[in-house]
Amino acid sequence: MNTNRYVLWGMTKSTLIHVFLISVALTCLFPIFWMVRCAFMTNETVFVDQGIIPHHLNFGNFAIAWTQGNFAVYFLNSVVYTVCVVGGIVLVSSLAAFSFSRLKFPGKNIIFYMFVAAMMIPLPGSFVALFVMMNKLHLINTRFGYILCMINVGLSMSILLLKTFFDKMSRDLEDAARIDGCGKIGIWWNVALPLARPAIAVIVIFNSLNVWNEYILATLLLGDSQLMPLQRGLMVFQGANSTDYPVLMAGLTMAAIPIIVVYLFMQKHIVKGLSSGAVVG
Amino acid sequence: MNSKAKAAAIFKDNLQNFFFVLPAFAIFCTFYIYPFLNMIFLSFHEWRGIGPMHFIGLQNYQELMSDNLWWDSMGHAGYITLIALTFQNALAFALALACDREIRMKRFYRVVFFIPPVLSEVVVGLIWNWILNPEMQNGQHIGLLNHLLYTSGFPQLVHNWLGDPKTALTTIAIVNSWKGFGWGFIMLLAGLQTIDKQLYEAAKVDGASSWKIFTNVTMPMMMPVILVVVILTILGCMQVFVLILTMVNEGLVNHTDVPVLRILSAMTGTNRFGYACAEAVNFGVILVCISFMTKKLSDKAKQV
Repeated sequence: MNTNRYVLWGMTKSTLIHVFLISVALTCLFPIFWMVRCAFMTNETVFVDQGIIPHHLNFGNFAIAWTQGNFAVYFLNSVVYTVCVVGGIVLVSSLAAFSFSRLKFPGKNIIFYMFVAAMMIPLPGSFVALFVMMNKLHLINTRFGYILCMINVGLSMSILLLKTFFDKMSRDLEDAARIDGCGKIGIWWNVALPLARPAIAVIVIFNSLNVWNEYILATLLLGDSQLMPLQRGLMVFQGANSTDYPVLMAGLTMAAIPIIVVYLFMQKHIVKGLSSGAVVG
Repeated sequence: MNSKAKAAAIFKDNLQNFFFVLPAFAIFCTFYIYPFLNMIFLSFHEWRGIGPMHFIGLQNYQELMSDNLWWDSMGHAGYITLIALTFQNALAFALALACDREIRMKRFYRVVFFIPPVLSEVVVGLIWNWILNPEMQNGQHIGLLNHLLYTSGFPQLVHNWLGDPKTALTTIAIVNSWKGFGWGFIMLLAGLQTIDKQLYEAAKVDGASSWKIFTNVTMPMMMPVILVVVILTILGCMQVFVLILTMVNEGLVNHTDVPVLRILSAMTGTNRFGYACAEAVNFGVILVCISFMTKKLSDKAKQV
């Protein structure tokens, strides 16, 4: 009798938990589904068609957004910025972290703690001073300027992550490489970088998300529509198509789907990165 | 080797080692340190972005102290943060507790809950703008929410959620929580999974109830992670602004303004660069104080 009640209570409990989890999961997915659904409708059917799946799939919105909406340019720009910034961050931060962890020079600790402090101190509205400086350097409306700014954004966190990783790495392989005649650059490239792949994966995924989704610096620094990345382009596009919801939703879908796909493939690293962040504090 | 040659070799070695750090250091100085110092410098000046710069001492800060729009915007950001700290983090914690067990589809939940955080604020803002659309066409509600409210028998609840000053900020805060709870969920779940399961077993053997186990085992073990989540929530939500930029138009500005938007409008709207910098410095100091106080408070709580 008693065991029966326990089993029953256990089943009810797990059902309730699942109902709770599934309803939250649906709340997460439904707005995204709704966006994709509307992207396949026309301005006439979008307010009429009541079906969950539209009766007639219309791909025209994507073509309109891609060509007339200048999305081909925005998309390519976003890809270029993301690749350049993330590549730059990995290169620059791994060199620095390797030096902080393994090499010696006067003032090393001071410089390292400057990077740590930069991560701790929030700088809201730093874009004002950044804009002023970029203006002075004539880097407004240049790809190069925007890329350098974005590299700086991800630098501190990447250096800290890689340094902790290099500190834990065993020195045996390094010594072996040194005996084989590797210099410092050789050890960095042949030993440290390949071994740090898990940490680099975390850096790549977080910075890719960050650059792909960045909005404010792109707005202030890039006024030329040929240089704009997607997020900035979306706002221009929304201004021009504020009533044409299906086309706008097609644009949003094109901006959102690549990052969701990348996330689905890399989500293991995200969980790992966030967990280590949470545990380290 | 004589000592001179040795010193030269060491110097060369140090220089080489420094060259590894040089690219990072150069970028950091140009794009972080210099703007940071320049921001403080500019905050003591009256400057329109071009032309002459006038030193005016603390006048920008004095004006800021009595700038009601500024402090109102701080209140709005505080309200959004409060909703995130309570509603969003409670939800994240409940979901993490629900997932911290042998349960089917655990991986699925973990993947899905983190999808809103990977979307950009622009995308999230525009999707919700569309769902919350207040207009009507051919006697039908365009926005999904109003349409659902109408057809499911609550026509009295149909509302211009983002257009009404009374509901706009709360609506934004809820969308912000929708976007943000996945971060807290993943971090809290990771924290829960580091707790040794034997502690639970031991407590159970001693006859502790589930509630007792939660308050006496789970909560104390989770305090460090909870603190990190709380601080990150505060810092993130106080600085939220792109979501607001994409969800409401200029019309409601005084009801949904947040500090970063004030800084932006001082800079691009009225070209008052000095004042914008003073606002930024003021806000930065407030944020540092808040996170410092949170840390101190939790240290105290831990000792008790």
